[in-house]
Amino acid sequence: MKLDSKVPEGPIGEKWTRHKFNLKLVNPANKRKYDIIIVGTGLAGASAAASLGELGYNVKAFTYHDSPRRAHSIAAQGGINAAKNYQNDGDSVYRLFYDTIKGGDYRAREGNVHRLAEVSVNIIDQCVAQGVPFAREYGGLLANRSFGGAQVSRTFYARGQTGQQLLLGAYGALNRQIANGKVKMYTRSEMLDVIVVDGKARGIITRDLVTGKVEAHSAHAVLLCTGGYSNVFYLSTSAKACNASAAWRAHKKGAFFGNPCFTQIHPTCIPVSGDHQSKLTLMSESLRNDGRVWVPKTAVKGLKAKEAANIKEEDRDYFLERKYPSFGNLVPRDVASRNAKTVCDEGRGVGPTGLAVFMDFSDAIKRDGRKMIEQKYGNLFDMYQQITGDNPYEVPMMIFPAVHYTMGGLWVDYNLMTTVPGLYALGEANFSDHGANRLGASALMQGLADGYFVIPYTIGDYLATIGWNDKIATDHPAFTEGIENVKAGVDRLLSIKGNKTVDEFHRQLGLIMWEYCGMSRSETGLTKAKKMIQDLRSEFWTNVSVLGSANELNQELEKAGRVADFLELGELMIDDALNRNESCGGHFREESATEEGEAKRNDDAFAYVAAWEYTRESQPENLHKEELRFENVKLTQRSYK
Amino acid sequence: MKITLKIWRQTSPATKGQFKTYTLGHVSPDMSFLEMLDVLNQDLIKKGEEPVTFDHDCREGICGVCSLYINGRPHGPLQTTTCQLHMRTFSDGETITIEPWRATAFPIIKDLMVDRSAFDRIQQAGGFISVNTGGVPDANEIPISKKIADEAMDAAQCIGCGACVAACKNASAMLFVSAKVSQFALLPQGKPERKERVEKMVAQMDAEGFGACTNTRACEAECPKGIKITNIARMNREYFSAMVSSYEVAAGDGGAG
Repeated sequence: MKLDSKVPEGPIGEKWTRHKFNLKLVNPANKRKYDIIIVGTGLAGASAAASLGELGYNVKAFTYHDSPRRAHSIAAQGGINAAKNYQNDGDSVYRLFYDTIKGGDYRAREGNVHRLAEVSVNIIDQCVAQGVPFAREYGGLLANRSFGGAQVSRTFYARGQTGQQLLLGAYGALNRQIANGKVKMYTRSEMLDVIVVDGKARGIITRDLVTGKVEAHSAHAVLLCTGGYSNVFYLSTSAKACNASAAWRAHKKGAFFGNPCFTQIHPTCIPVSGDHQSKLTLMSESLRNDGRVWVPKTAVKGLKAKEAANIKEEDRDYFLERKYPSFGNLVPRDVASRNAKTVCDEGRGVGPTGLAVFMDFSDAIKRDGRKMIEQKYGNLFDMYQQITGDNPYEVPMMIFPAVHYTMGGLWVDYNLMTTVPGLYALGEANFSDHGANRLGASALMQGLADGYFVIPYTIGDYLATIGWNDKIATDHPAFTEGIENVKAGVDRLLSIKGNKTVDEFHRQLGLIMWEYCGMSRSETGLTKAKKMIQDLRSEFWTNVSVLGSANELNQELEKAGRVADFLELGELMIDDALNRNESCGGHFREESATEEGEAKRNDDAFAYVAAWEYTRESQPENLHKEELRFENVKLTQRSYK
Repeated sequence: MKITLKIWRQTSPATKGQFKTYTLGHVSPDMSFLEMLDVLNQDLIKKGEEPVTFDHDCREGICGVCSLYINGRPHGPLQTTTCQLHMRTFSDGETITIEPWRATAFPIIKDLMVDRSAFDRIQQAGGFISVNTGGVPDANEIPISKKIADEAMDAAQCIGCGACVAACKNASAMLFVSAKVSQFALLPQGKPERKERVEKMVAQMDAEGFGACTNTRACEAECPKGIKITNIARMNREYFSAMVSSYEVAAGDGGAG
């Protein structure tokens, strides 16, 4: 199969406009003849469900949460980028496009990224119209702040809860369509399979998490808006329930997986406190506007935050400011994370484990006053104190990198369609716009761009092409078979009755992934990890303990299914990392570094998207390559110095 | 730390529940409250006993799904969410009682998990601004004073956890509903629908079986996001002015609580 990105020809600034004109339309009166299934109701899912409902399609939306408002988009803190140039500081659509391509280390499609930058301005308008209370200046106009990887101020925010406010905006729009009867909402309902008939996606199989009932739902198209797979690392900033199962099961039904090894490690998270740790908490990147990152010049074992003041100014190493004078503490996330790892590897890390660096606000508090800092970051400081017991107004924060986002995901074309016709992937679930590293405040932008402004146009083209008669009812044998398969899968997990808990397997997988497929990767390590994961997976299927039954609310059973999928996806990530023998963005291969230790790309060999095709259980996947063409941006070694 | 737990166990809405007592001998003060429950659940599974069911997800105090009634207070002794509560708040040897939210409008699903879909239905009744995607004015077209934007944000911070209902002796949802009504009543974008919105949301709130507000302020005292009862005052004002200028009410015939 040849991968066709379907990026339209023409000058970069005209591609999307031309494409929109060339797409087929569905007549308003005919829209009600089409059914669309949307799985996941975070930013991408809720905005898509609302927008498609408004257009007149019949939408069925599914979430495993008790309410769409719980999706993990809600936890995004810092902000959302948009090329509004309200600050008159030289921003433009082209600059946002350029920054994003460069930030992604030249591993994203130019066409997609330019479209993202174009619609970014519409998103802000839309959200304000919905009543999202963005931060404002005294004159009543919108405020902005800076984020990593950019030298302009283009990030819009609602205190430290931007994701919450944007999600509640989309949730409101979704609620309006639920009330109008255009969206039927299924809560506490988990998708466990996609049904493909005659090469097209026709519906899904779900399990009602309260009753355990397995059901079939059919539609003309299926949208997966199910987020990323950071939880393959067990410890990440994702919510506990975030999982890859919807995407993974779609992958097993023919959807290629794009760049699975592209993982974002966020530099500013609260360090691990012990073995009981169940998840990691992010401290927003916006803090790096005012927080200065440092460690002592020479190692001080077990240095506590309270003792930081004892280290004299001249004995401190503000390593980001030292190495990257022009971007300073605001270098992109991958660069900041790797440098934190380097100083910790040198033994200069702080805190009881030595796996932390300081982020210090004392200069900012001296300069702007405590009140100003409180206004900007009050809730983040409170959260930090709550979790660690330290007061960041008085002592520096301790931070360490943690897995935060996955740039990889289901491969999609310019229309957001996967390699299975009729099956789409939106938001973090797809691989499309961030290349090998996502810039801060761009995830919210992409989720909402896909849902509000891309899919409403592109889905019409597919639907108009197939026609409304091309739908298969749930009494078709493919659906009955799908239900039986899902039930068999559930029963298989319950029948093992082993000795190890699901969490024990998950933690073990996470440790392997973090050690060998985390911030730094090598052929030796990855090869070792591949074997370890295969062994762990065999052990899982003979020794996992899942109590209870299938026909009741069973949280262990839910987790077990997700971990089973992570055990397969983990291996694909390793394969992809092994294949990509270059460093780019968040993917750092030890074999491919500059003399200064920065990531070194190999554009001649690896300027492509790796799209993996599932073959059979435990068999190697087939690699397909989508060559990336750069017509506007010149590929250079990224420099933030 | 050693901790004794008295936890409400109930296998389904139809069955009768009861407290069960468990002891944990190896609790670290740095654990979050939910991590302590994770440890308990791992122990239970190892013993072949069914783990305790409870809602949890983001574990950073923002998704609003965690919901435990700890020692007689929603989210426990601090004014925060359960997931942000840490064991250092408790003392060695303490007995901790954990119950689900108690309110008729929040029926129990299993153990400590309750059904809060009533909140969604209230939002569906009118908790939005009726704009379609696209065709909206530029974001800076309507200036909004910083003070108003900040106040709207204060109200908008509600995470929909339901602690206000659980804290209230009448199981009133006034704080929750008023937070949304306030956010939109304050902002110019929300003005065109303000009357209908408050009428519909209050009607749905009453239809769901939430109790009346008697101004005990327990909701405000327990709200993990510091939502103020001035929102309730604002909602009452919105409601009365909507009533006197008489729009049609689509459903229900309730009062303002």
